[in-house]
Amino acid sequence: MTELSKSGAAVGEPTAASPAPTAFLEVRDLKVHFPTDDGLVKSVDGLSFQLEKGKTLGIVGESGSGKSVTSLGIMGLHTAGQYGKRKAQISGEIWLDGTELLSADPDHVRKLRGRQMAMIFQDPLSALHPYYTIGQQIVEAYRIHHDVDKKTARRRAVEMLDRVGIPQPDKRVDNYPHEFSGGMRQRAMIAMSLVNNPELLIADEPTTALDVTVQAQILDLIRDLQKEFGSAVIIITHDLGVVAELADDLLVMYGGRCVERGPADKVFYEPRHPYTWGLLGSMPRLDREQQERLIPVKGSPPSLINVPSGCAFNPRCPYADIPKDNVTRTVRPELAEVGSKHWAACHMTREQRERIWAEEIAPKL
Amino acid sequence: MARGPRRGPRAVLAYLIRRLFAAAVMLVVIITVVFSIFFIVPKWAGVDIALSFVGKQADPAAVEGVRQKLGLGDPVYVQVWHFFKGLFVGRTYTGGGDTINCSAPCFGYSFRSEQAIWPVLKDRFPVTLGLALGAALLWLIMGVSAGVLSALKRGSLWDRGAMVVALAGVSLPIYFTGMLSLAIFVYGPLKWFESDYAPFADDPAQWFSAMILPWVTLAFLYAAMYARITRATMMEILGEDYIRTARAKGLREGVVIRKHAMRSTMTPILTMLGMDLGALIGGAILTESTFNLPGLGREVLLAIRNQDLPVIVGVTLITSLAVLFANLVVDILYAVIDPRVRLA
Repeated sequence: MTELSKSGAAVGEPTAASPAPTAFLEVRDLKVHFPTDDGLVKSVDGLSFQLEKGKTLGIVGESGSGKSVTSLGIMGLHTAGQYGKRKAQISGEIWLDGTELLSADPDHVRKLRGRQMAMIFQDPLSALHPYYTIGQQIVEAYRIHHDVDKKTARRRAVEMLDRVGIPQPDKRVDNYPHEFSGGMRQRAMIAMSLVNNPELLIADEPTTALDVTVQAQILDLIRDLQKEFGSAVIIITHDLGVVAELADDLLVMYGGRCVERGPADKVFYEPRHPYTWGLLGSMPRLDREQQERLIPVKGSPPSLINVPSGCAFNPRCPYADIPKDNVTRTVRPELAEVGSKHWAACHMTREQRERIWAEEIAPKL
Repeated sequence: MARGPRRGPRAVLAYLIRRLFAAAVMLVVIITVVFSIFFIVPKWAGVDIALSFVGKQADPAAVEGVRQKLGLGDPVYVQVWHFFKGLFVGRTYTGGGDTINCSAPCFGYSFRSEQAIWPVLKDRFPVTLGLALGAALLWLIMGVSAGVLSALKRGSLWDRGAMVVALAGVSLPIYFTGMLSLAIFVYGPLKWFESDYAPFADDPAQWFSAMILPWVTLAFLYAAMYARITRATMMEILGEDYIRTARAKGLREGVVIRKHAMRSTMTPILTMLGMDLGALIGGAILTESTFNLPGLGREVLLAIRNQDLPVIVGVTLITSLAVLFANLVVDILYAVIDPRVRLA
């Protein structure tokens, strides 16, 4: 069994099928595959992590690394809207507060959605229904799970809008989404997702569609609300800067798998996977010398139908030839402990990686 | 209000007033254009308007009389004025030794059948209106429900079957399906329905019996189009982010479809309905001819055959007005459905 870290979300080894875990949220060997005409798209291919209440997990990776599919899988929304299409295949275990969601009755999971687990989406304009007022949409979210009259629900909506910092909430509650600014819409979206005091909040790229000036406000808001409500939060982003201050733990995804995870400061300051190095190198930083350029990760994300054999990152990895016997191209590396509660999946030895990080990567950042 | 535009009932009222004003302007434009089509353009083309209004066999004295009655020698603005005046307060046609009184709304006067056009239109209009509205009700129910079901059961046997039928519906001409249904249900093996039209006020049962086949025939054609549009729109809407949000709230799938997806799907359907109804009220020529319904469509067909120009002018006018009215209704319904429209 895994040992939970004191810093919050644990980073234990994926466990074999075992009884209900002690962690609030535990994902074990999650696989989400989509059958298509071109082949099986392995969006998520064996992902495990744990998260405690009151803690924040940042899931980082580029487009198509499986971040969003993971969150939709937890919410049970991965098959939604697939009318008549071949259904997504999902396997593994998702334990939320002692309930395994994948084997649970779908109607039971539906009742948990919005109440025990809620989600914030990337683009608040398209995620809010254009024909209903903000108030109507929050009231609806509240009344699904609470048997109250409209007046009470409306008071609750106004209260929530006030809580997320919308001025004159008693008036703005009757506005339509198009009458709100981008930042206000995301605040309203957060108000809607928190209206039922969910214990798990998943924020899928919550600031990507917003102005830079508004991004920080929204992140602060999420952090404050988490402190207030004590929820577990998963923040999904491609932007390391977003999770740098917010997350207790980080999980770096590549090609549908976890390549590195650990306490946020460990992953930031002692990363042990070449892909994480690449992400750090491509992150703009104010304290960086002006003449130095950002270092992009070369190449493009892997096909999720024909994932490269061996290490999925090997075609883009500058160090792929360091391990002997071409092992990076033939054997898939498993997560191995590289530090306290810090795991990475790489064929290079710990010493090799520590040396490369210290001598080649860190000085350039 | 801190910021932002007016909202609530006041916004709707302001929108309504704007639409009504725009409709009034369009009304003037439409009447002017219709006038131009029949009284100015032929003149440029060198056609003797009086002659075309009387008919080719008329003697020169009669032609001269009509020329004076229509005031074709007057300046154009005087003619336009009389045209408008006729519609709103009525007019008199004087010349050639007699005077004809045409009371408002004067849609013209047929010098051939020696009668005002409006009473004819008034007689024919309810037939066409009944045909169009009844068929619209049918095709909305059939088309929209078939389209929604197809979208939800994409690729299923039902979906494929419905879309094949829809393709047939779009492709088969009215006179084919109409004749076929007549041959089977009226004259053929199953004598279920009447073939003779009777006004609703005279004999509701016979009216209904005579209208069923025209309704179904017309609705079949349109239902096919609506099913395809509904299916495509529904599929697109189901992929929208706000549908995912609705599911993330924990709503039942049925509520997601009915409350969130259907409302958005209605918008393009409404647009089509406005145009189709407007066009149909102007006369469903094929349907009315096939089923021998005394509506505007059959009237205009007769008028064309008899070269009775004033009737054509009258039908053109009333058709344009019907389209204008239908679009006004659709615009108002838009504002009810989509709050963003109220600001436009």
